[in-house]
Formats: sequence, C-alpha cells, structure tokens
Amino acid sequence: MSSGFVGYLWDGLLITLQLTVYGAALGLVFAFAAGLARLSGNKVLRGIAFLYTEIFRGFPALILLFWLIFVIPAFGFQFDPLFAGTLALALNIGAYAAEVVRGAVQSVPKGQTEAAIALNFTPAQRMRKVILPQAIVAMIPPFSNNLIELLKATALVSIVYLSDLTFAGQLIRASTGETTTVFLGLLVGYGVIALIFTALMRWLERIAARKLGRQVPPGAIGRIFNRRSAEPQGV
Amino acid sequence: MDFQWNLVWDSVPTLLDGLVTALIATVLGYAVALVLGLVFALLRRSDSAWIRWPIGVLIEFIRSTPLLVQLFFLFYVLPLIGVSAPALLTGVVGLGLHYATYTSEVYRSGIDNVPAGQWEASTALNLSTRRTWTSVILPQAIPRVIPALGNYVIAMFKDTPLLAAITVLEMLGLARSIGADTFRYAEPITAAGLLYLIVALVMAWGARVVERKFGTVRG
Repeated sequence: MSSGFVGYLWDGLLITLQLTVYGAALGLVFAFAAGLARLSGNKVLRGIAFLYTEIFRGFPALILLFWLIFVIPAFGFQFDPLFAGTLALALNIGAYAAEVVRGAVQSVPKGQTEAAIALNFTPAQRMRKVILPQAIVAMIPPFSNNLIELLKATALVSIVYLSDLTFAGQLIRASTGETTTVFLGLLVGYGVIALIFTALMRWLERIAARKLGRQVPPGAIGRIFNRRSAEPQGV
Repeated sequence: MDFQWNLVWDSVPTLLDGLVTALIATVLGYAVALVLGLVFALLRRSDSAWIRWPIGVLIEFIRSTPLLVQLFFLFYVLPLIGVSAPALLTGVVGLGLHYATYTSEVYRSGIDNVPAGQWEASTALNLSTRRTWTSVILPQAIPRVIPALGNYVIAMFKDTPLLAAITVLEMLGLARSIGADTFRYAEPITAAGLLYLIVALVMAWGARVVERKFGTVRG
C-alpha cells in the first residue's frame, strides 16, 4: 500500500474519532437534559423530553443525516458537514442515552432520596450530591454500549460524502480494486477502535464502582470466555 | 425559503413502493436474526471450547463493527468468491447476521434465567440432552425473551435505509432517485423521513401490544 493511502486512512480515522468523541459529548448533553427533564415535576418539560426521545428513537439516523445535509439548505441555512454529522449522531444517540439516564436515576433506592430530605438537602443538592453520584455508576455500562453504537453509526457519514474511515476505504477500493482486503481491513479497524473504547469504558466503570465500594461484573472479554452472560445491567 | 410541501406529498406514492421493500427486508432479516441468533446462543453453550471461543469472538466482532461496512463487504466480496445474489437478498443476510449477534445475547439471558432445578429435574427424568433443550429449557426460555426480541424489529426497520448504499431501492434509495430526476432532494427526503417515523411509531405501539399480550410488561 502506498503512503498516499495511509494518509487517506489516517485522515479518515481522525474524522471518525472526531465524530465519535464530539458526538458522545454532545449526545451526553442531550441525554442528561432529556433524561432529567422526563423526571421533572414540570409537565411541559416532561412533554418535550418525551417527544424528543420518541421521535429520535423512531427516526433512522441516516435519514436524520440526509435531512440535516440536504433539507436544511432548502430553508436557506447550511451546516458545516462535520457539524451536521455530529449533530445527527448526537441527537440520535442522545435519545437512547436519555432513557439510560432516566432508568439509572430511577434505580437509585428511594431511601436515598428520603435520607437526603431528612438531612434537609435542597432538591438540587439532593440530585447533585446523593442521587447522581450513584446513578452515574449505573449509567456507565449501558453508556458503553451506546458509545459503540455511536462509533458504528459514524460510518453512515460516508454516504453523505464526509471523508471518514469508511469513505477512505472506499476511495482506496476504487483506485486499487483490492475489495476484500479493504473491507476486511475496515472491519478489523472498527473492531479494534471499539475494543479500545470498550476498554476505556471498563476502566471508567471500575473507577466509578470502586468509589462506591462495588464489584464490576464481567464485560465483553469476559462474555467471550464465560458461558453465562453478564448479570443484567441496571436499566 | 424554498421548500414546497406539495412535492412532499407528490413523492409519497413512489416512496410507498420503497416502504414495501423496506418491510420485506425487515421481515426476512428478522427471521434470519431469530434463527441464527438461537444457533449462536446454543453454540456458545457448547461443551467444546473450540466452538465456544470462536463463536464468542465472532459475535463480539460483528456487534462492534458498522453494519454499513458489513453490507459493503457482503455486496462487493460475495461476487468475487462466485456467489451472486440480488442486492436485496445480500441486504437481508447482512441485516440478519448483524442482528443475530444481538438476539443471541437475548436468548442467552433467557436460557441463563431458566432455574437450575429444571436442568437437574431433566437429568433425573433421564431425558436426553436434545429432549432437555427442546421440551424443557427452550419452551421456558423463549417466552421470557419475546418482549426483548420484539425491540429489534423496530431497530432493524430503522436500519433499512442503509440498504440504499448497496443499490436496493427502498425509501431512501427512491427518494434519492426522485431527487436525481427533479433536482429537488429536500422534499422526497422529508417525505421518506416522515414515513419512517410514522411506521416506526406504529411498530413501537404494536410491540407494546404484543408485550402486554404475553404478560411481561417492562418499564
């Protein structure tokens, strides 16, 4: 493989990683906003959050991407393609992750809320100092799945001509005809990136669990080698 | 502003053909996923580590790589090794294989949740391994996981636009070809998006009805 191709792949890899990291960051914002809004006492907030999660979970990510890139310009406004890609991925994954946030907050035992009330905490203090620190530990394993889903979804941007890893692979395939090598290489590449992300999330999970004095159940690698699956996770 | 709602309506009749294609792909792909997922789940419980590990690695690998690249792989590589299949069939296999890795985990949790006493009772009754699986374990494991399996129909339907990338004319593919004819992409894509949303919401409602019927209402 010539060095030009390595350059393509490197640039593509950077775009893929950027999309994943920015998408995850923006997705987290949507997830926490919508997840907490669904638990709020305010009916309007709850309604908006409900609509957001239902609509964006029912809407294919690829269509959302096409919409942001080809339909928004018809209304006289244009996003930067990388931003449109990030926004589409974040809106989509945020809707799934919002349910994770909601479920994790709800899974914190009621006694904790009651104890916080007894200690005269304000609602904000209760959430920030008692509920969230415990809920976040429960969120990390399902977030890890969401992150891999997001990574996989970044490949979609190649269809709207954003030059990510998949797009770079297609360029190389078009100019060399090495179909099998290129696509196998792409699959292995994504697999390795996913493995790295999973390992990072496991590390995070272990740190968070240790802070609460808990044990971490086996993850992906453990699942390969054990016959029994991991215990059902929080949500 | 340059967006004409009447063109959105005009593209609906054409897109409905694509909706049929998308639904066919979903139903067939789902059937593949249900069967293959069960096979994966059973192989993962094999007594031989030589079967268990490779299947485990394969499942984790397929689960963590993009469906789009898998579809490209099947679409471009199968002809090279002398297998020529229509694009829709390639898409069905791709969707089915991808989702089989998810359904296998679901089956697995169902099987793990069958109480150990059921295995012991089967042994005590001198049932063969096959009889234990077909008459005792699976009839208890599968009903438990029906709600969880149902979610993947909607997920798979939402992944059918990817088939446009391998030349299947489902809704997105047709929306793009309308766009190529009329030089207006915004309206047909909006129409396709709305149709996807409506069908996905109807499916979600249907899934809830099925869940209620089987008595395991979740969250």
